Amino acid sequence: MHKQSVKKWGALVTAVLAAALLSGCGPQYLVFHPVGPVGKQELNLIITSVILIAIVIVPTLAIFFFIIFRYRNTPGNKAKYSPEWSESKVLEVVWWSIPIIIVGILSVFTAKTTFALTRPPEQNVNPMTIEVTSLDWKWLFQYPGQGVATVNYCEIPTGVPVQFVLTSDAPMNSFWVPQLGGQEYTMPGMAMGLWLQADKPGQYYGHGANFTGRGFAHDDFTVIAASNSDFNKWVSQTKSSAPALTMADYNKLKKPSTMGTASYSSFPKGLFDNVIWSEGGRYMPGTMNMAGMASGNSTAMSNSTAKSGIANEASQSSSSNK
Amino acid sequence: MPAALKQFTDTYLMWNEGYLIWISDILIALTSIGIVATLTYFKKWKWLWKEWLTSVDHKRIGIMYLIAALLMMFRGGADAMLLRTQLASPNSHFLTAEHYDQIFTTHGTIMILFMAMPMIFAMFNIVVPLQIGARDVAFPYLNAISFWLFFFGAMLFNISFVFGGSPDAGWVSYPPLTELGFDKGPGENFYLLSLQISGIGSIATGINFLATILKMRAPGMKLMRMPLFTWSVVAASIVIIFAFPALTIALALLMLDRIVGTHFFTMLHGGDPMMFVNLFWIWGHPEVYIVVLPAFGVFSEVVATFARKRIFGYTSMVASLLLISVISYFVWAHHFFTMGAGADVNTFFAVASMMVAIPTGVKVFNWLFTMFRGRISFELPMLWTLAFVPNFIIGGATGVMLAVAPADYQYHNSYFLIAHFHQVLIAGPVFGLIAGMYFWWPKMFGFKLDEKIGRIAFWLFNIGFYVCFMPQYALGFKGMQRRMYTYPAGMGWHTLNLISTIGAYIMGLGFLFIVVQIVYSIKYGERDLTGDPWNGRTLEWSLPSPAPHYNFAVIPTVTDRDMLWVMKQEGREGELRRINPDAIADIHMPKNSGRPFLMGLAFFVAGFGFVFNWYVLAVIGLVGVALTMILRAFEWDDEYHILAEEVREVEAALGRL
Repeated sequence: MHKQSVKKWGALVTAVLAAALLSGCGPQYLVFHPVGPVGKQELNLIITSVILIAIVIVPTLAIFFFIIFRYRNTPGNKAKYSPEWSESKVLEVVWWSIPIIIVGILSVFTAKTTFALTRPPEQNVNPMTIEVTSLDWKWLFQYPGQGVATVNYCEIPTGVPVQFVLTSDAPMNSFWVPQLGGQEYTMPGMAMGLWLQADKPGQYYGHGANFTGRGFAHDDFTVIAASNSDFNKWVSQTKSSAPALTMADYNKLKKPSTMGTASYSSFPKGLFDNVIWSEGGRYMPGTMNMAGMASGNSTAMSNSTAKSGIANEASQSSSSNK
Repeated sequence: MPAALKQFTDTYLMWNEGYLIWISDILIALTSIGIVATLTYFKKWKWLWKEWLTSVDHKRIGIMYLIAALLMMFRGGADAMLLRTQLASPNSHFLTAEHYDQIFTTHGTIMILFMAMPMIFAMFNIVVPLQIGARDVAFPYLNAISFWLFFFGAMLFNISFVFGGSPDAGWVSYPPLTELGFDKGPGENFYLLSLQISGIGSIATGINFLATILKMRAPGMKLMRMPLFTWSVVAASIVIIFAFPALTIALALLMLDRIVGTHFFTMLHGGDPMMFVNLFWIWGHPEVYIVVLPAFGVFSEVVATFARKRIFGYTSMVASLLLISVISYFVWAHHFFTMGAGADVNTFFAVASMMVAIPTGVKVFNWLFTMFRGRISFELPMLWTLAFVPNFIIGGATGVMLAVAPADYQYHNSYFLIAHFHQVLIAGPVFGLIAGMYFWWPKMFGFKLDEKIGRIAFWLFNIGFYVCFMPQYALGFKGMQRRMYTYPAGMGWHTLNLISTIGAYIMGLGFLFIVVQIVYSIKYGERDLTGDPWNGRTLEWSLPSPAPHYNFAVIPTVTDRDMLWVMKQEGREGELRRINPDAIADIHMPKNSGRPFLMGLAFFVAGFGFVFNWYVLAVIGLVGVALTMILRAFEWDDEYHILAEEVREVEAALGRL
């Protein structure tokens, strides 16, 4: 390759990379624009991992291109040729140990964040709980503390850690709001917990992230973060103006379909628990202890959930509580 | 009875579903007519049966695997084109949701199980016995059974698109979506039964090649004198033997759920879908190493050959192969960090997954230092190998990113993940096996594939690859999930998807150039008269191309890792290429048999019966299976001898006496 064309290609590659990086700052790159502590921790970890990996791969790529250029088989190539040279203890020790060190460092960061994310992101604020049921192909949100329910959107107060308790009354799905933070699966017969928090008012895109069949592409929802007072206003407004969610309504929601949003002033008592129970929760050891689940007391709720409610997380939760 | 007929065509032939089905029907009919007509016109039926369908020769079986893999790559690629066409613009209705779901399911399943697997088995079969100085594999009859089980499994899977409907729950097939409650159709049964049938064949292949390599090496070929491709087959075979039974169990239990009405994977009677997810990935993750390890083996052979230098750090290379195969069993849960496992479990699997990067990184450095102070020539096998290196480095880097559990909460099921696994699976197995195909093609067929057309294919496929998959990383950060059949306009996903689709077309074009290259080279390709077109290093290049039926007239004694290369350096390669006529003895060979083919066919019939719960048909198939087994049990006369005189004649005709 001639020097000039190398330069030209270099310029092109730089331009493309620069464009990619700049566009990475665009607001549509949801994962790069977290609005809460969970998403921010995850983004920090993403950046840390990229830097650590780059320490290894950038020099490796440089060495690669150098070698294939320097040792190409052209007449008159003066570079050294030693066809039998095939061992070097020193070199081997170097490239066994570099990746070990990098992986070691990255492991520490990974472990720290993994454990941190099982705790509420804010310790000094009373958390709230929202019970989420994924249906074919819609999302039902129940507020045990407020007594209201919504479909395909949920309103949360800013600055308050929210424990989303997740289950499914349909095939497995996954609850993902990229700007708030990473996802967790919803599974029939189980309740799983996911801590998220929004620090900025706004509307955030959410979507089911695990394939559930025909209507999956239209399985989106919106999380609306509002100030505490706006949130309370919304709750009382919903309570006074929206219709109640009856069992008949729920059974209708359960049928496979897609729909817009809906609000309900109340929901049948114990609906969330009953759904878990009847979808197989009764066979899961530990589910019986979900005492606080539908107590309506959000503080008690989150504690009991953390202790024993999250069925197949029982062992993990207790270890993180220690 | 037109009403009954209409019911049949609507239910089973799905003619009410529109032009996609009609076009497929027409194409299948035309292809079948074409094949039948050609065979009849050239009077080749007998030849097909005697020389190919009943063959137990590893070289023939390898070639059949290769042809099947290329056909399946075409099918899976056509699926990919349809998917990318649908996603080129927002709110598109080129495909319906139902068809899109079926097509992404068949794309994934075919590419992994019916393209990558036969491709590695093609390499196993074509290369291993020649490389270790053997006359065939340990169990040639079983080898034929493996092939026909794969073949008829693949047929059963492929027929679903035009008969009864394809599976549509993704290649991972998670319950409860795949349980009767949500999925009544026969599509899922097609998936379960065809994978089951071909999976039995895969387990047998793993056993066969491990036994072959352990027991049938030429005298003097100690384990640490084996070529690295053979070592990679050892590693892959071990993984196959331990991983595939998990898939067999998962599929069998899900099939019982669907056919008999058990509840292994529904919560409703105390089963647990998580159990399927675990079993699936206990197979599924090792599976990706099953397909990538042989590719690593190919790269090791190619790099040493085209850098004209001994492989660097042979011991490390062997150790890392084995280490990867061991670690592969401790990473499966990274496929579901987001399914509520505890922080301790997630941390364990995150660290284990990152650890895969250590031996893999070591391999990359050793390849680099094999080229360092070598003399690199850029022929097609080397070109694909060189393209693999940076590509796989980036894919490996994003792999480590994905292994970071909390970061994975944001990547999981997004297009970031899609970009990652396509990058490692295309740069690894696909580039590796294409490199292997070019490398050993002369050994299989006696001619080289055309260099010029090959270069065009190479650049198209490679540039197309980056254009197709780099934007998908970005789409993941933009929050786009996998398996959406369409997307809204307001998310900023359109441009990147369009670019990705253009890239996919370029890759498709690259594939077509490979096809053109093969067709062109059959007629005009450079003939390989020496048997050693690349200045090779290992035993297979000491044989004529293509190798005679019995491979080695006299089994050589091995004294070095790069046997042929060392002999060449010492000017003694004649010892391998000139046979002493007195040393030739009668050669003991297995007889051909039509039974493996018939057994595969019987499995197909049984599988087809179970798919539709047509039990009479299923029983007929199973009886056929039992019958072929019983007949085999009472077969005493399944071997014969090629007389020394005959071997001498063949070798003399090849100019090797």
